[in-house]
Amino acid sequence: MSHHMTEVKDIHYVYPDGHKAINGISFRIHHGESVGIIGANGAGKSTLLMLLMGVLLPSQGEVRVGDILVTKETLPFIRQRMGMVFQNPDDQLFMTTVYDDVAFGPRNYKLAENEVEKRVQKALEMVGILHLKDRAPFKLSGGEKRAAAIASVLSMQPDILLMDEPSSALDPKSRRRLINLLKKFEHTKIITSHDLDMVYDLCERTIVIKNGEIAADGPTPEILRNAGLLDACGLEMPLALQGCPVCGERKVRKLTG
Amino acid sequence: MSNMINTMFDLRLLDDLACKDTVVHRLHPLVKLLTTVIYLIVVVSFDKYEVAGLLPFLFFPVLIINLAELPLVPLVKRMLPAAPLVLGIGILNPVFDHQVFAVGGLTLSMGWITFISVCLKCLLTVFAALLLIATTGMNNLAAALRMLRIPKLFVLQLLLTYRYISVLLEEVSLIWRAYSLRAPGQKGINWKVWGPLIGQLILRTFDRAQRVYQAMCLRGFTGEYNTGSQKRLTLWDLAYLAGWSLFFTLARIYNIPELTGSLLTGVI
Repeated sequence: MSHHMTEVKDIHYVYPDGHKAINGISFRIHHGESVGIIGANGAGKSTLLMLLMGVLLPSQGEVRVGDILVTKETLPFIRQRMGMVFQNPDDQLFMTTVYDDVAFGPRNYKLAENEVEKRVQKALEMVGILHLKDRAPFKLSGGEKRAAAIASVLSMQPDILLMDEPSSALDPKSRRRLINLLKKFEHTKIITSHDLDMVYDLCERTIVIKNGEIAADGPTPEILRNAGLLDACGLEMPLALQGCPVCGERKVRKLTG
Repeated sequence: MSNMINTMFDLRLLDDLACKDTVVHRLHPLVKLLTTVIYLIVVVSFDKYEVAGLLPFLFFPVLIINLAELPLVPLVKRMLPAAPLVLGIGILNPVFDHQVFAVGGLTLSMGWITFISVCLKCLLTVFAALLLIATTGMNNLAAALRMLRIPKLFVLQLLLTYRYISVLLEEVSLIWRAYSLRAPGQKGINWKVWGPLIGQLILRTFDRAQRVYQAMCLRGFTGEYNTGSQKRLTLWDLAYLAGWSLFFTLARIYNIPELTGSLLTGVI
């Protein structure tokens, strides 16, 4: 399954103002893996996602999706393989109806209109908002917008899903619905988030980033239980792993079973 | 200004209206575009002293607004931004035009006639353009322009400008809210902070526009706005175009109100 592998080799990125956002990051993500990328504000998570998608190109090092190097020439191919859900769904939804928004990607790849319709239908069904297809995106609730943004990416049938803070600005129920939805996907998932409880629920592997470098990379339960590491990286143990505030009992054993 | 967010929602009203399903909405976008262009050309081709001859052209918007089941008041509101411009152009006509005419013993400058004519032309043309967008939608209109072989770049410019107006307004409303919450009791924005606020607005809008553009690129956007399969021209579409063209031509050649008046008074 090497064609679905994502590989980052010693990448560096310096913003035009001289700010060094990424300083030599390397990792390899295999097909079907679900990886959480966590780190404090300004650690370089969003820049890393942009580099993976080829929105930014590294000043040094390389990014490979499958066997293909991410360059300006290979971008159309890369972007068909990888779908990115933005932090703010309003940035992603710009057409007049949900249907048109979800159809935007497939239409750009010049698919026949009946194929576009099938894909839109399937994507909307997957996220459970088929009934909203004729609504204007700006009139939807936060959770519905997020679902529409995910559908707009799913309709392109990517192998790899990248998500920037998918649970931000969602109410608890919508957040839980999103987590359950993402659990069902068989795609390779790369998720950046401050919601460590969600990362704990969704990702079997976690990469911690600090000042543009990898501070740790390993199985999620191991990393999220390492209070010292998290503290040094400006993070905190997820609530699910912290002791009960009333009786002080640790729930770790119960949860990890 | 405090109704900025309402205005923003209003801005999308035209998009909402364009999603309706009526006789007019179902017409081919190209036909609607061509009919409107012919209408605009004919209306502006009238002489500056012509008022009565323009009246039959009111028939077009009135009929469309009824057939397309559009609300009148919000559309009229949207015409208001054009009003100051037209008033500015026309208001001095009565002063500068030295020709006069008499009505019931009252001598008036012919400038008043040109002023009314300019206002009427503005009313008709702006309304026709609004009706076109409200019954067709920006995306279909762009597709129609592409069918007329208008270069991709111009059509895209038009579409993105239309899209980014709402982005700009959203940013304005956020800045305005943040400002007014920390400056209670102030009317408007203090002139001293206009500079930083406008600079901030431009940077934020750039940023936002950049993100929207990135989202488009990530979904395979390469400069062509694909709006799905296009309808085929039907006989009914062509009949619509031919019917209105005939009416506009007749109304341009013959002064219908004058003819009707003459018939009624039995002069002919």
